[in-house]
Amino acid sequence: MSKHTISFPHMGNYSIPVYYLLTHILNVNVMIAPKITSKTIELGTKYSPEFVCTPFKYTLGTFIEALELKADVLIQAGGGCRYGYYSELQSQILEDLGYQFTYINLVSKGKTDIKKIYHELKKIDPNFRVLKALYYLLITSKMVKYMDKVDNYIRENIGFEEVPGSFEHENQKMLTDFSKAKGFFSLYHMYHKHFKKIKRLPIHKPEHCLKIGVIGELYTLMEPFANYHLEMTLAHYGIEVKRYTNAHYLLFEKKKEVKKYLKYAKEYIQYRMGADAADNIGRTKYLCTHGYDGIIHIKSSFCTPEIGAMPIIQKICNQYDMPVIFFSFDANTSQVGIETRLEAFYDMIEMRRKK
Amino acid sequence: MDKVKIGIPRSIHYYYYGDLWISFFKYLNCDVIISPKTNRDIMNCGIRLATDEMCLSMKNLLGHIDYLQDKCDYILIPRIDNYGISNQTCTNFLAIYDIVHNLFSTPILSYNIDVVHHQTEKQGMIQIGEQLGFSKKQSKIAYLEACNCVWKNKKLAIEKNIQKLKSIKSKVLLVGHPYNLYDEMIGNPIISFLKKMDVEIIYSNLFYSEMTNQASKQLSNELYWKFNKENIGSIPFVQNQIDGIIFLSTFPCGPDSLVNELVMRKIKLPYLNLILDDMDGMVGFETRLESFIDIIQERKRKHV
Repeated sequence: MSKHTISFPHMGNYSIPVYYLLTHILNVNVMIAPKITSKTIELGTKYSPEFVCTPFKYTLGTFIEALELKADVLIQAGGGCRYGYYSELQSQILEDLGYQFTYINLVSKGKTDIKKIYHELKKIDPNFRVLKALYYLLITSKMVKYMDKVDNYIRENIGFEEVPGSFEHENQKMLTDFSKAKGFFSLYHMYHKHFKKIKRLPIHKPEHCLKIGVIGELYTLMEPFANYHLEMTLAHYGIEVKRYTNAHYLLFEKKKEVKKYLKYAKEYIQYRMGADAADNIGRTKYLCTHGYDGIIHIKSSFCTPEIGAMPIIQKICNQYDMPVIFFSFDANTSQVGIETRLEAFYDMIEMRRKK
Repeated sequence: MDKVKIGIPRSIHYYYYGDLWISFFKYLNCDVIISPKTNRDIMNCGIRLATDEMCLSMKNLLGHIDYLQDKCDYILIPRIDNYGISNQTCTNFLAIYDIVHNLFSTPILSYNIDVVHHQTEKQGMIQIGEQLGFSKKQSKIAYLEACNCVWKNKKLAIEKNIQKLKSIKSKVLLVGHPYNLYDEMIGNPIISFLKKMDVEIIYSNLFYSEMTNQASKQLSNELYWKFNKENIGSIPFVQNQIDGIIFLSTFPCGPDSLVNELVMRKIKLPYLNLILDDMDGMVGFETRLESFIDIIQERKRKHV
C-alpha cells in the first residue's frame, strides 16, 4: 500500500512546527500546502457559502490546492466560535467537488476527542505510537513557545533595523534549524544561539518611539497574508508593534488569562463573549492605561464575537481618549485602501504625540 | 410603593421566553412593558446604534431596547451560554448582556444560563425574583406556575403545527429562528405573502425540541448550536410529507451561514434560501417566492 500524503492549512510560520511533529510521529508524506496567494482565496471564495468568515475561505482554498497536488489526508483544528463547525461543511464541499480524502478534525463539538483522533491516526499509520507522539508533541510545544518569544522581540524591533531584512533573514535561518532539532536539548541550544544573534543585530531605536497595540481575531492576526502584511507596513513607519495573540497563547495560556482579563476589565464585561472577544476588551483597557499611542483592531469580515466586542472597545477608547481604528478584511479588500487608512492613522497619532 | 416596571424587548429572547416571563411577572404582581411590534423607527434606531456588521436580529433587539430604556425600571436581558454539552448558542447570545450593559444606562435584569457550569434557567428566574424583593419560595412557585401554563400553550401550538401536515394544500417547511420568523419587519411579510399564495406553512420551531434535537444528527453530526439543531431537526421528521423547504435567515447570521449551506447540500427536496437584510424591498422576495411556489405546485401535480 502506498503512503498517505497529509496536508494542513497555513497560519503564519506555524507550518514548520506542525511539519516537524507530523513527520516524526507518522510514517507518511507530509506536504506543506502551497503558500497562500490570491488564487487560493479565489478558489476558496468560489466554493464557500456567501457570508462565512474569511478564514473558512482561506483554508478551503488551501485544501483544494493541496488536494490537487495529491494530498489525501487533511487536518483541521477548531475553536470556540464558528471555527468549530468548519470541518463538517468543508469536508462536504470537498466531497461534492469529487475529491477522495480523509478528514481529521482535531476539535469536534468544541472538545478534543483524543480517542477518535487516535483511531483515525491509527488508520493512516498502523505503527502510530502514543508515547512517541507525546514526546514529539512536547518538543513541538516548546518550539512554538520559542518561536513566539523570538517573534515578539522581532515585532518590537523590526521597524528600527539598520540593515533592511536582517531580522527576517535570521528568523528564517532559525526556523530552518528548528525543523532539524533532534530533541529538547538541541532545540534549546538552537534557540539560544539564534536569539543571541538576533538580539545582536544593529538597531537604532529612539527612546520614545510610537507604540501601537494590534488586537483582534486570531487567524487574521497570525496569517500575514490575511491582514495584507499590516505589521510590516506598521514597521516601515517606525512603530513598535505589540500583539498578544499567538499560538502559544491560544494553546496554553488562554484559559488562565481570560479570567485575569475578565477581572481586570470588570466594569465593562462580566462574561466571556466567545473566542477572543473578552481578551481583546481586557487588552484594550491595558493598552489604554499603559502609554500606547494607538490601537488597531483587525478581524475578518463577519467574525461574530469580534463584532460584539467592537462597541465595547470603542467605548473604552472614547473614555481614555485613545485613537483606535477598525479593519475588517474580506477576500476582496484592496491593499491600497488599507495602506491609505493606515497612513492617515499614523499621521494622526504622530501629530498627537508632537502636541 | 409603586410597582416595579419591567421592560421586555419584543425581539430575540421574547420569542423563546416571552410567555414564561409574562406569566412569571404576572404571578409576582409586577408591571410588564413589552415593546411594540417592530416598525421602521425601531429598526432604524437599532441600525444606528449597532455596529454595521451585526446581524439584523441584533440590530433589531438594540432598537427595541432603545425604545424601552426610559419607560421602565429594568430591562430583562438574559445571557445564554449553553444548554449542556454540544447544545451551545451563537456567540451573540453570549455577548448580548455586556453589549447592552455598555450601550445603555438603564439597569438590566439578567440571569445566566450555563448548564455546563450548573446555572440553569430555574435558578436564574428565582434569582431575578429575589433581586426584585420577593422571597425564594414565592419566586419558585411563580416560576413553576408559569412553566406549567407555558407548556400547555406550547403543546397546543405544536399539535396544531403537526396537524397541518395532513392538509391537502402544498406544504412548505419554513426553517428559521423564531425571532426572525415572527418578527413584524423580518419574517412576517414573507409569511403573510405565503398565506396569500394559499400555501400551508409548517414552522420549524413548533416541534418537540427533544425530538428535533436528536433528529438533527441525521443531517449533521457535529452540529453544536442548540437553536440550529432544533431548526434543521424538523426536516427529517416531515421530509416525506412536504413539498418544499424555505430557509429564512438574516444577514449575516453566523451559525445559519454554515448550517443551512450544509443542509442544502444534503436534502433532496426543492428549497429556497432567503437572506433578509435591512433593505425594505419586498418585490425581489415576492418574485422568488412566486416562482418557487410555482415549481413545487408543478411538481406536486406531476406526482399526483
